[in-house]
Amino acid sequence: MSLPTILTGGLDRESSWRLADYERRGGYQALRAIFSRPLSPDDVIAEVKKSSLRGRGGAGFPTGLKWSFMPRNLPGEKYLICNSDEGEPGTFKDRDILRWNPHAVIEGMIIGGYATGATRGYNYIHGEIFEVYERFEQALEEARVAGYLGKNILGSEFSFELFAHHGYGAYICGEETALLESIEGKKGQPRYKPPFPASFGLYGRPTTINNTETFANIPWIIGNGGDRFLEMGKANNGGTKIFSVSGHVNRPGNYEIPLGTPFVKLLEMAGGMRAGRKLKACIPGGSSMPVLPGDVMMNCDMDYDSIAKAGSALGSGAVIIMDETTCMVRALERLSYFYFEESCGQCTPCREGTGWLYRVVHRIEHGQGRQSDLDLLTSVADNIAGRTICALGDAAALPVKSFIQHFRDEFAYHIDNRRCLVPVEMQREGSRIYVGEPW
Amino acid sequence: MLSPEALRRIDTEIAKYPADQKQSAVMAALAIAQQEKGWLAEDTMAFVADYLGMPQVAVLEVATFYNMYDLSPVGKSKLTICTGLPCALSGADEAADHLREKLGVGFSEVTADGSFMLKEGECMGACGDAPVLLVNNRRMCVRMNKERIDALLDELNS
Repeated sequence: MSLPTILTGGLDRESSWRLADYERRGGYQALRAIFSRPLSPDDVIAEVKKSSLRGRGGAGFPTGLKWSFMPRNLPGEKYLICNSDEGEPGTFKDRDILRWNPHAVIEGMIIGGYATGATRGYNYIHGEIFEVYERFEQALEEARVAGYLGKNILGSEFSFELFAHHGYGAYICGEETALLESIEGKKGQPRYKPPFPASFGLYGRPTTINNTETFANIPWIIGNGGDRFLEMGKANNGGTKIFSVSGHVNRPGNYEIPLGTPFVKLLEMAGGMRAGRKLKACIPGGSSMPVLPGDVMMNCDMDYDSIAKAGSALGSGAVIIMDETTCMVRALERLSYFYFEESCGQCTPCREGTGWLYRVVHRIEHGQGRQSDLDLLTSVADNIAGRTICALGDAAALPVKSFIQHFRDEFAYHIDNRRCLVPVEMQREGSRIYVGEPW
Repeated sequence: MLSPEALRRIDTEIAKYPADQKQSAVMAALAIAQQEKGWLAEDTMAFVADYLGMPQVAVLEVATFYNMYDLSPVGKSKLTICTGLPCALSGADEAADHLREKLGVGFSEVTADGSFMLKEGECMGACGDAPVLLVNNRRMCVRMNKERIDALLDELNS
């Protein structure tokens, strides 16, 4: 049985990014309906609230509520930002939305602009996906020529400009205030909150920031109604969600499923475990979220509340699968290096702590660990989390704490025996993949 | 300093932002300058600063903060391979070893003939197509097993 989809169904991945193809699929009808019915900005926000759409970037904040924070009637420039700076290890859904369905994002942003009173929008696109950025620029041009962007859109009173901004390699710019600094032409270092972007955002003006997948869902919600969206998922977890499945599965890739679908179903869609091996561990929401043991994961449903109950978080929907050939020390070493490398250096606990975490895990992995290191790691992690301006500190701390919590014996074995529980040749064997056509 | 074509592209970027916010185009301007010059020398950054009406130090801050800017020569082709956890679970370590062996250089080194630089990268947001490799910041190559790496190197060498 195939599951219902909103964002990825019926796309040929050849011409599906083109305006004509999008219109043939019913594209821009939601925007037209807003002006013809007509729907007020409050009506639009009410519909989005009803859908129970939660932010798809990682935090899961209710989108309708976020939109209602904008001081819509304040005169002057107001901004709407799409966060396509997708760089959380394991997450690769926005890239596929942008390369195969960019007009859904554009239409979602125009509707978002109308609802929040924004005058101008930017889509901040991850540096490493230049080809996707170029295509998005082309899609924007198509929308401008067709009158969906610019002054008096579709003959209405509403005007909205939209541009693409290309990042250049900084994970931290996925943090919304770092992203704003980056658009302003500065280092991407997060700002203190409050003030929140809705009152002091880009260039000090009211600003709303949402994820790519969040915006892409908006046209469907307006076109089909918030109730129908909610029904596709489950209470408090409306709609479908794209899960990026990576690691030890036969068919890594993006899979769109209704929220609340059992994890085992998702695993099956991704081709199951490589060579029929056993699931050892899974990070269900991107590398910043706590790892869960395989047996816990096998009993989870894929929605915000179920994953939270199991002790992790749905995050960005990046499901990293690790089978029994994985050395958990080596896996944590690589994750810790990522946060060390990507810390922006602004807050001392994160700047110094991420390096400290990496060095200690590194020495355990290389046979020079001490038993006291496990408590040391937990202590350093505890002293980073909650003591920094942004969540990168927490993101660096959570994997460390959860890896040690669930796999303490393996870490202890590594320290005592000065080598991996899993032989290196076996790790290499586990990482061999079938190379076929992309998704 | 930069070609008329590069300046035209920078002007297009400047036009995306409010008239009093030219500095917002600095990331794009540096990327365009780097593409033309191969890497960002001090005088190139000074030119960009002048063109956008920014202090030179503000441009340097941006150039040193974002990973994809190169402040020293990188060779004809810069190959950045992601070795992050999801890529490592799908063969990135093997791919990186193969690249080091074929090119005879380690990470952040340029081959003696100046044709390649090998870099270790962080998440490129394409983990489903791991291992992932980026050529000169712009061209993404996916599912890079040994055979595909060999084919790419042959292509870039020819």
